[in-house]
Amino acid sequence: MGKWTRRAFITTGVLSGGALIIGVAIRPGNRAGKVRDLIAGEGDTVLNIWLKVNADNTITVIVPHAEMGQGVHTTLPMMLADEMDADWKTIRMLEAPGNKEYANYAIGKGFIMGPKDIPSMLIGTVDGFFLTATKQISLQMTGGSSSVRYTGMFAMRVAGAAARSVLLEAASEEWEVATEELVVKNSTISHPASNRTEPFASFVVKATNLSQPAKPRLKTSKEFTIMGTSPPRFDIPSKVDGKANFGIDVALPNMKYAAIKASPVFGARAKPLEAGAIKDMPGVHKIVNLEGAIAVIADGYWLAKKAINELPIEFDKSDHDTVGLNDIYDQYLRDMDTAIAEGNEEKDVKKGSIKNIFKEATNVIEAEYRVPYLAHATMEPMNCTALVKEDGCEIWVGSQNPLGFANSVAEVLDLDQEKVVVHNQYLGGGFGRRVVPDVAIQAALIAKEVDYPVKLIWSREDDIRQDHYREANISRFKASLNDKGQISAWNNQFVFKHDPEEAPHIPYGVDNQFIHYTNSETHVPWGYWRSVDSSMHAFFTESFVDELAFNANKDPYQFRREHLTNAPRFLKVLDLAAEKANWGEALPANWGRGISLHQSFGTIVAQVAEIEIVEDKLKVHRVVCVADPGFAFHPDGFTAQMESGIVFGLTAALYGEITIENGAVKQSNFHDYQMVRMHESPKIETYIVTSDNWPGGAGEPSTPGIAPALANAIFNASGIRIRKLPVKNHELKADTTILG
Amino acid sequence: MVLNINNEIYEVNVDPATPLLWVIREQLGLTGTKFGCGIGQCGACTVHLDGLPIRSCLTPAQAALDKEITTIEGIASNDNERHIIQEVWIEEQIPQCGYCQSGQIMSAYALLTANTAPTDKDIDEAMHGNICRCGTYPRVRKGIKRAAAALTNAAKEKKLDHGEVD
Repeated sequence: MGKWTRRAFITTGVLSGGALIIGVAIRPGNRAGKVRDLIAGEGDTVLNIWLKVNADNTITVIVPHAEMGQGVHTTLPMMLADEMDADWKTIRMLEAPGNKEYANYAIGKGFIMGPKDIPSMLIGTVDGFFLTATKQISLQMTGGSSSVRYTGMFAMRVAGAAARSVLLEAASEEWEVATEELVVKNSTISHPASNRTEPFASFVVKATNLSQPAKPRLKTSKEFTIMGTSPPRFDIPSKVDGKANFGIDVALPNMKYAAIKASPVFGARAKPLEAGAIKDMPGVHKIVNLEGAIAVIADGYWLAKKAINELPIEFDKSDHDTVGLNDIYDQYLRDMDTAIAEGNEEKDVKKGSIKNIFKEATNVIEAEYRVPYLAHATMEPMNCTALVKEDGCEIWVGSQNPLGFANSVAEVLDLDQEKVVVHNQYLGGGFGRRVVPDVAIQAALIAKEVDYPVKLIWSREDDIRQDHYREANISRFKASLNDKGQISAWNNQFVFKHDPEEAPHIPYGVDNQFIHYTNSETHVPWGYWRSVDSSMHAFFTESFVDELAFNANKDPYQFRREHLTNAPRFLKVLDLAAEKANWGEALPANWGRGISLHQSFGTIVAQVAEIEIVEDKLKVHRVVCVADPGFAFHPDGFTAQMESGIVFGLTAALYGEITIENGAVKQSNFHDYQMVRMHESPKIETYIVTSDNWPGGAGEPSTPGIAPALANAIFNASGIRIRKLPVKNHELKADTTILG
Repeated sequence: MVLNINNEIYEVNVDPATPLLWVIREQLGLTGTKFGCGIGQCGACTVHLDGLPIRSCLTPAQAALDKEITTIEGIASNDNERHIIQEVWIEEQIPQCGYCQSGQIMSAYALLTANTAPTDKDIDEAMHGNICRCGTYPRVRKGIKRAAAALTNAAKEKKLDHGEVD
């Protein structure tokens, strides 16, 4: 199957040593022609693959990413509109079709090359390479906090600037005046000398015959008029009156509904059922035997679900029927020990020599941390509607990766990918879960058996038990402090490494470091989970740094500062967080403060949590969050993402725990896989630092830092060091006598 | 079976034990009410029965006979208008993915109908049954307070219109 990972993709980059980027949205030989049929409507002129201008002067921006609440359907059009000098009021948004022309090669480039500039003469070559590469792996992905960083920077802004440039040239030809004499503003072009003003629409036809510059000049942040403001999001009005269409809301003529029961032990096979097993169930039409699951089609979801519950569904035995979470932890430890004994650790960071330092060191501190598996639990349970005909298939789904879904469905149905049409809907939460095409594959296989459309809905229990999980992990530390109380050596071992690359790395100046990992495969499916590896490494490293500060008898904030003399961006963020959180000011009895600092997806985030322990119960009162994303293109949306990521991370830190028993997931629904609710949600204050560095992500970077800020605050209030998440498994008792 | 939803009468042909949620969504096509957990834990399916918030995923359709059912589609006075709470939800840019928001708004609507000036504690109590995975809680809280003020103002203006003065 066409499996891919962002990491695997990085290693496929055959283009080496090239410094590239900026200015690649439009290949020489404008691809607009190929997609004109897909996106053009009445009166539209498609200027390039990212925008069309209507005769009424409205501009439609084509966004190749899914909206899942992160605001990308608004922020990306802002980036294009600003570079184009368009009137924001006339901007419309259209989500790109699941088509190869929209495979987001901009993201591929971002992950492979990083943000660098290249000479424009190379752009065609490089651009062609990346488009080919992304098409081959069917990547049209929304994830990795990448939309603004890559599609926005490489596609939207360049497309807007290129469009402005050809419109200007067209006006100059039309009016026979020099471009320097023209003014572009609010979707119009003026020639003040002759007192003429015309809308963009007057020049689009001429403009399409001109070749667009591959590397137009982009604005500096001081010239922005739309970027950096916070216009209302396009998707919100339909989300307050019930009109927004999520995948689960799709309604088609003659549609029926399916429920499913999949093997609780991952990978086990289902025993096929006889077609007649449903004969006494009115309204239930068909049993579909899949490899690892049984599905039932009925007139309504409730009937289908009832039938699934009543049918005698059994599964084959598998090799994993006795595996429990502790077996997995034991396996990790064995594999970690073996890797060290055999000297075949996977090296991540190696600096100086930890061996020599540890030999001489008098103050060596060791600790082991653990985190369990986590499910995504998007509010909208997994679902997909499919209609399969002899010559093709249509699917309706909310996907973070529509082209990848089309590819996977085409493969199981043995169709050409072009024969699978994906109608992407709003996503009722993504968080990485809706990158995985499992539900679409099931829906297609079920719908293949009938000649009408079928909507497959997973129950919440299916959703919790058939997820692709953030893995359980163990992180072991050994560090030494010199006689000044500074970190002289840092040794860290854990299992697995996905991304972001920087997740286990520390910003602190430590000369001797060895960071390494070991792979230790299990039968539990893995998936991207909001902030991926950072969701645990920030907890590991920032808790352990706190332990070192305590050991050095230093204030945890000051201790971090001392190690950041060569990292001014980090220092600025940390200092502002401490200032805004009134760090150092006395707190009431049983209260505590904890601080954390972590960079992920290009954004640096510091958090201070303020908590209280009341009779063994924890109350999180306040979280101060300071973030440096370089530049926040939609500050209110960025702030909303910081809040969102913190609540998401707080849920994981306090309650998040998927355990494996007898090879299967024990938890099933919100009563035993608990979520933070209104009364547990702290006051969150967000402050944005603008450094004008290359933009960082928004959707993920605030999730990692809340767990360590919280755990460090608990230590501050109680002297209890949380080394295993979730916090709910610990008995808390405030003990301020320890720390005064 | 005859159901009164958003002041319209619908005749439906279903097993009376079917949860109201699926009747509303599948038979009547009112998809603003969402399926989240099926066990009354998340509040995404919240609708009103005679003005009181209930979990439609657990309520059999027959329990709604002879009662007024209100869904998210029915809280505005007509199709071209929004309720003040919905307006505030836009002004405060509350929804993210938006999936839970119909339920949030229906719970907030019930709270504000019973309590014109809710405290933080009142909000905690009325809203703790509605899960939001996007973590919009701080904005929902702010939105409820703002909507409370707006509703109070609107009520005062209405009184003035009718010549009643405090």
